[in-house]
Amino acid sequence: MEQEQLKEKIIALLPEAEFNVNKQYLDINVPSDKMHAFVKLLKESDDLKLDYLFCLSGVDWKTHFTIVYHLTSTFFGHSLVLKVKTTGRENPEVASVADIYATAEFHEREVYDLMGIKFSDHPDLRRLFLDETFIEGFPLRKDYKDEINIIER
Amino acid sequence: MSEEKKVIVELNENPEYIINMGPQHPSTHGVLRFEVSLQGEMVKHLIPHCGYVHRGIEKMCESLTYPQVIHLTDRLDYLSAHMNNEAVSLCVENALEIEVPERVKYIRSILSELNRIASHQLWWSAFGMDLGGLTCFFYGLRDREKILDIFEESFGSRLLHSFIVPGGLMHDIHPNFKKGITDFIKYFRKKLPEYNRFLTGNVIFQARTKGLGILSKEDAINYGITGPSGRASGFSCDIRKVEPYSAYPYVDFKEILYNEGDTFYRYVARMDEMVESMNILEQLIDKMPDGNEYTSKMKPVIKLPEGEYYQRVETARGELGVYIVSDGNKTPYRLKLRTPNFSNLFIMNKLASGYKIADLVAISGSLDLVIPDIDR
Repeated sequence: MEQEQLKEKIIALLPEAEFNVNKQYLDINVPSDKMHAFVKLLKESDDLKLDYLFCLSGVDWKTHFTIVYHLTSTFFGHSLVLKVKTTGRENPEVASVADIYATAEFHEREVYDLMGIKFSDHPDLRRLFLDETFIEGFPLRKDYKDEINIIER
Repeated sequence: MSEEKKVIVELNENPEYIINMGPQHPSTHGVLRFEVSLQGEMVKHLIPHCGYVHRGIEKMCESLTYPQVIHLTDRLDYLSAHMNNEAVSLCVENALEIEVPERVKYIRSILSELNRIASHQLWWSAFGMDLGGLTCFFYGLRDREKILDIFEESFGSRLLHSFIVPGGLMHDIHPNFKKGITDFIKYFRKKLPEYNRFLTGNVIFQARTKGLGILSKEDAINYGITGPSGRASGFSCDIRKVEPYSAYPYVDFKEILYNEGDTFYRYVARMDEMVESMNILEQLIDKMPDGNEYTSKMKPVIKLPEGEYYQRVETARGELGVYIVSDGNKTPYRLKLRTPNFSNLFIMNKLASGYKIADLVAISGSLDLVIPDIDR
């Protein structure tokens, strides 16, 4: 499916979606309260069938965080990038999509572990790489300080 | 009641028994721990614990320039070093809108395919050894040595090459490079039937792998299982076909697909991939342009324009994704690596539950996990 067609379908499904500039994929911002229902719709709708989540990452923008979902359809071959903003830096929380995409369960655990973003309704939100006793914060955040192991350049 | 009797009674009342496989178990080929709960001999539940070789590569990348990042990507999946280098290089080139010379594209694809064969050879050796055929290890490593010799001649290193850099290659290839590969293909085409005679057709091997750990296509997509493991379940996920890069659009090859999805077919998919890789190599060697161009003009300091870039590459184990967020500086603002083994690992609970503990080694071996790629 061409990007223009995809864009029209997205607008029909979610009129409040904001489009970002991205040369490679169609890239949209989704309000965090509508995200879970929208992702479910994307996976189940017959002409989109975005059934494969190939990347889930968190980005620290200093004032807030964004969670980036890279989705693609194994039937039609089109891809879509979803972005969800958290409100502020204190107790960031986003709805989990682990019930829609099984792979998200572990990607979300990784984001929680390294960036400290909570995913509500996640089946098993624990640290993944770091030890449970690691209390010095979340290493991938931009304000993380570690005088011993990180050399400032 | 004596102490001994008490223990037996307790065991009968609560028959679930938990053992740890790893972190230093020989069949995990690295530091990975499976927490396995058993009922008698049957696996009831399995929890993977990772992070033993977590080095924080994503965080380190944020303070390194793009040419420096290349050297860290070698250390992810050390058996697909060329493909990892290529992923970051392609991502940087796409961002800068740089077209590399045709010859470079061909060399990159040749290196990727050679690396894929070498990786599958090592996997075959180790998989055979895990299941009790120690001879496999000698056969596989004997042939892998030939590829490593080609690598050593051209790049001076055998495992971590850091040879593919943004803009092209680190330096030109050795004059013997082409001849070395044609000789290797001739040699390995004779040796591969030996592999099949030794292991594929073996009755014990088939009994230990057939109908074991079956992965459905739906689960493969849902869990993001890519590479030969996903393709053995009928999930068409070969990035060389889905989003072709480098010289793959110029060659004719078929994607290996099976629908059975059990341990044996994950094995067969990899064996077939070695043959297919040799076909690709032959075509690439024939079509490769002459000359000595190995890089395009690059600025001494690479700064990516503000924005986000994503690149997908097929490594020996599946889909590698590199997601770069740039704020216009010479270091990435955020660099996320979507590694194939990370997604592939978490299917283990689903695959191994309900089978005997002795089958666990066969199932985890058939996924071909490389631990530093999971932990990063």
